[in-house]
Amino acid sequence: MIRERYINAVILALMVIIPIAALWMDEPFTITLATKAVILALAAVGLNLALGQGGLVSFGHAAYFGVGGYAMGILASHAQNYTPLMEVPFLIEGTNQMPVIWLVAVVASALLALVIGALSLRTSGVYFIMVTLAFGQMLYYFAISWPAYGGEDGLSIYVRNEFPGLNTLVPIQFFGLCFAVLCVVLFMVHRLNQSPFGLALMGAHQNEERARTVGINVTRLRLVAFVISGAITGLAGALFADLNRFVSPVMFDWHTSGQIMIFIILGGVARLCGPLAGASLYIILEHYLGGLSEYWQIYLGLILLFVVLFAKGGIVGGLARKEVRHG
Amino acid sequence: MSTILLIEQILNGLQFGVMLFLMAAGLTLIFGVMGLINLAHGALYMVGAFAAASMAAWSGSFTLALIAALVAAAMFGALIELTVIRRLYKRDHLDQVLATFALILVFSEATRWVFGSFPLFLDMPDALSGTVMLPGGIEYSKYRLTIIIIGLLVALGLFLLIARTRVGMRIRAGENDREMIGALGVDISILYTMVFALGAALAGLSGALVGAIQSVEVGMGEPVLILAFVVIVIGGIGSIKGALAGAILVGLTDTLGRTLLPVLFSTFMDASAATTIGSALASMLIYILMAGVLIFKPTGLFGSA
Repeated sequence: MIRERYINAVILALMVIIPIAALWMDEPFTITLATKAVILALAAVGLNLALGQGGLVSFGHAAYFGVGGYAMGILASHAQNYTPLMEVPFLIEGTNQMPVIWLVAVVASALLALVIGALSLRTSGVYFIMVTLAFGQMLYYFAISWPAYGGEDGLSIYVRNEFPGLNTLVPIQFFGLCFAVLCVVLFMVHRLNQSPFGLALMGAHQNEERARTVGINVTRLRLVAFVISGAITGLAGALFADLNRFVSPVMFDWHTSGQIMIFIILGGVARLCGPLAGASLYIILEHYLGGLSEYWQIYLGLILLFVVLFAKGGIVGGLARKEVRHG
Repeated sequence: MSTILLIEQILNGLQFGVMLFLMAAGLTLIFGVMGLINLAHGALYMVGAFAAASMAAWSGSFTLALIAALVAAAMFGALIELTVIRRLYKRDHLDQVLATFALILVFSEATRWVFGSFPLFLDMPDALSGTVMLPGGIEYSKYRLTIIIIGLLVALGLFLLIARTRVGMRIRAGENDREMIGALGVDISILYTMVFALGAALAGLSGALVGAIQSVEVGMGEPVLILAFVVIVIGGIGSIKGALAGAILVGLTDTLGRTLLPVLFSTFMDASAATTIGSALASMLIYILMAGVLIFKPTGLFGSA
């Protein structure tokens, strides 16, 4: 069977070749689709850390995605209206600089993940799924009923935020930026998985009792993984909001959580590049099936059913065949 | 706020709670017996409402509409149990979540395909429209009062079914030890299909009853499904008693929070800010309640470890 490393290389190479080919053939829409796939993949890379490596089936990652999105929306809307975010006790102004927005998105979603994780990790199994789902939904309703930043209608940002040295409004440049972010995060997650921390996390997933017996503080370990996971998804949320130049409570919706999970299952659970393969496949399906029929989600549902019931392991798992390498 | 208004809101909360119970009871039963987390439960709620609305439009009879809801939901429940769900019992929760999420996509889009995107309307029967005078001079909607009574009767029926009948005995045995009752000669697969169809029928009934108050539309089951999860987490998974207590608690907290919080906040801030903050906080109240229960009793009020 093909080694997972080669599959990953092919997937990453395709993600570079396709947009460049699209640029050459002057099809900017394909570049935008590829950007969307990369950003959604980033969100799923975040979830994959908790779900794949840690075995924490979080059904509420839309919360961090949305918080990242709103971090961008709130900061950028204050910048475009020239109104300060806050004047007392000290002045905070909005910004349209991506690095600042990313930092805020990551910190805010990490803090949220810390609170939600600390509460949710008191439970396990099916309770954990329901509790994370419920907390995600709580933020959804809050976003709808809080009118300051658009409420149910969402918030439009007229100009894409800036990154030093780039013109982010050019599709290929924004794609390059997002892809670079994804690659950095993938590298970090790869290193993390091989670190003692990652090994302990995987060990606790496979046999919690044994992990406890050898003296690992499983709850704290999982909480840290959950926080990192939420922070990555939050970063993806900020990028996604910048892609659309629009944020709305839909980012918090539980369908978003479900989608992020679908990317992982389509691509392959706990596989490094699984989320990227899954998100790309999803975008392709959405684009082509959506063109065939208004009711394309029926087919998406059937495909998903088939993958879950008969083709466990997703794309990467199906090609590599080998079990996820442990340790 | 007058006492009469308050009592009216308490009754509304009770009605909401009773509806949530019908949903949560099915979910908790299915989880207790088969160990399955079923997201498609909200889709069955929707199926019930659409079946009722179609039958009511065709025949004009509300009773027939309720029967149609029960039958359609139970049938679809049995159908998905036989084709998809039974392959999931031995899988982990992630597979169950994804497969039942896929079922939601299929059901929602198929319903949109058949009925279109516009909401349908289900009229409540003439005999139950209007209000009734309760002791103490409280006027209350006849229909909502009927829902409360139906819900409580169903709860009683479920308790009797599970505590007093042979089927109930098997269900309880199934919760304790699946393999053992199989070994004792009970046909487990029929029992599972029956339990699933029962849960589906309850969801369908609930959808049809609520359909007459709200509109019948695609996706109507999803908010209710998530609230039913909150109910189960609060009450404890697998416990019907917990589902009832949790449902009433969530129904009352949500309804009263939405009325009382803005009033409470207006005592110390100006009216528009009080409405904004009050209603935003009210929408989060039941989740805060859930967090509170989790802190003090992670397995829920009636759950065992």
